[in-house]
Amino acid sequence: MDRDVKISALNVNFYYGKTLTLKNISLDILRKKVTALIGPSGCGKSTFIRLLNRMNDLIPGARVEGQILLDGFDIYHPKTDVVSLRRRVGMVFQKPNPFPKSIFDNLAYGLTISGMRDKRFIEHKVIDSLKKAALYNEVKDRLHDNALMLSGGQQQRLCIARCLVVEPEVILFDEPAASLDPISTRKIEELILELKDEYTIAIVTHNMQQAARVSDFTAFMYLGELVEYGDTERIFTVPREKMTEEYLSGKFG
Amino acid sequence: MTRKTFSRTRPYAAGHRQAFRASDLTQALGFLFLGACIAFALFFLGSILYFVIVRGAPAISWEFLTSVPRRAMTQGGVAPAIVGTFYLTLGAIAFALPLGLACAIYLTEYSPKTILVNIIRLSIANLAGIPSIVFGLFGFAVFVKVFGFGVSILSGSLTLGIMALPGIISASQEAILAVPQSYKEASLALGATHWQTIARVVLPSSLPGILTGVILNVGRVAGETAAILFTAATFYTRGYPNSIFSEVMALPYHIYALMTEGTHPESQTLIAYGSSLILLSLVLAVSALAIILRQRQRRVYGS
Repeated sequence: MDRDVKISALNVNFYYGKTLTLKNISLDILRKKVTALIGPSGCGKSTFIRLLNRMNDLIPGARVEGQILLDGFDIYHPKTDVVSLRRRVGMVFQKPNPFPKSIFDNLAYGLTISGMRDKRFIEHKVIDSLKKAALYNEVKDRLHDNALMLSGGQQQRLCIARCLVVEPEVILFDEPAASLDPISTRKIEELILELKDEYTIAIVTHNMQQAARVSDFTAFMYLGELVEYGDTERIFTVPREKMTEEYLSGKFG
Repeated sequence: MTRKTFSRTRPYAAGHRQAFRASDLTQALGFLFLGACIAFALFFLGSILYFVIVRGAPAISWEFLTSVPRRAMTQGGVAPAIVGTFYLTLGAIAFALPLGLACAIYLTEYSPKTILVNIIRLSIANLAGIPSIVFGLFGFAVFVKVFGFGVSILSGSLTLGIMALPGIISASQEAILAVPQSYKEASLALGATHWQTIARVVLPSSLPGILTGVILNVGRVAGETAAILFTAATFYTRGYPNSIFSEVMALPYHIYALMTEGTHPESQTLIAYGSSLILLSLVLAVSALAIILRQRQRRVYGS
């Protein structure tokens, strides 16, 4: 099989203080595919995805072992520039978290922090990203209203648009629809399917059906271990591990 | 009122007389007690206001607000004292706001969580408990003498600023800590540096809290007497200060001077009450300004 690997985790262990929360995870995330991480709460799927853009650096007492390679380069190498890593690997969080600024300023933020001053370019980029995130038509007349006035689903699409502005290569979704209603959830899922033409996507979800709908590959995690990883279709139809089968059939979780 | 409505609308009690219950009595007594406490506290606030307004209002006139004292401070106005208090307060803000904010940012965002930092925090909290006369002596020894600023607006502002500092630091720290972690994560995930995140996300969101803290604390020190006693205030100036090295009249000290060293109590007591009314109004106006600013910021940045 021809595998075009974007991110490669090699024997990754993760500690909170002395507690080992991720055990020897090895996993390849393929370019321009959607990879879903599923598993019951506390299995470490969010922790894992937050390693990929080093968001866990913020946690005091966190420690990583093993290697995570982005295009072959170790992102935990001491010389890695975390700021540019995060520009390449964007993230959408569980709870929509727009800044308490206008819709426009939320999107422009990613550009202005990198020193972009060209107003026409910024405006072009903002509108372009809103269109990509399927939000433009709903907000085009109120770009300068406070983003917190939007509905939860709109806020989450705004966060996706904000992430697109900086042109990442990878987008990490950490349970992006966990706090949304079914209609908003469907919009997010449709969006993910559109985005995979251009971006490498990893999505954490506790919703198995969501993983089945949006992903090409699925990783099932349990208690900090990677139990099974493979084609989504194969995992959902003929899981190799008994535990995967039991989880997918709702015996626990 | 609310309580009665509540018990009457309990669905199972509809149409029936309720049996008397011990818990109802306890509740009634509880409300009575809490209500009495509030009334008691409000009574003092109200009496102070009433007292100062009734005694002070007759002294207030355009001339009182805009002219200098005359005839050994038995006539004329208190304009130099108003101006002096204004300058001292402004100076205190100019000194304490940047310093306090910088301290708060360091303590919340940059300092490692070590014992040393805990000691620093504790020291700042303790600074707030130091009696103002001690600050006054410190200001005299350091700013007036060692630095050679003399008895001046500068020395007084610095002393008042130091007094306001602990309050400003802790209010700013609280405001900064209240910024949701999710804002910071969003910013960092977009490739912002720690400092960009602080300057462009954390500070704007915490600004209402910081401003309120600054204004309330500065309002508090604006009425301070002991701190400016040796550092800035003087009994009487002929005109207005012309540099930051001038000594000034200030409202709190003016009141103190009139009541303790006045030679004509019958006319000077009235002036003292008039000055009190002005000082009180100024401090309340500053607090009101803080509230308005906070509300406006909240509208812009959400709650």
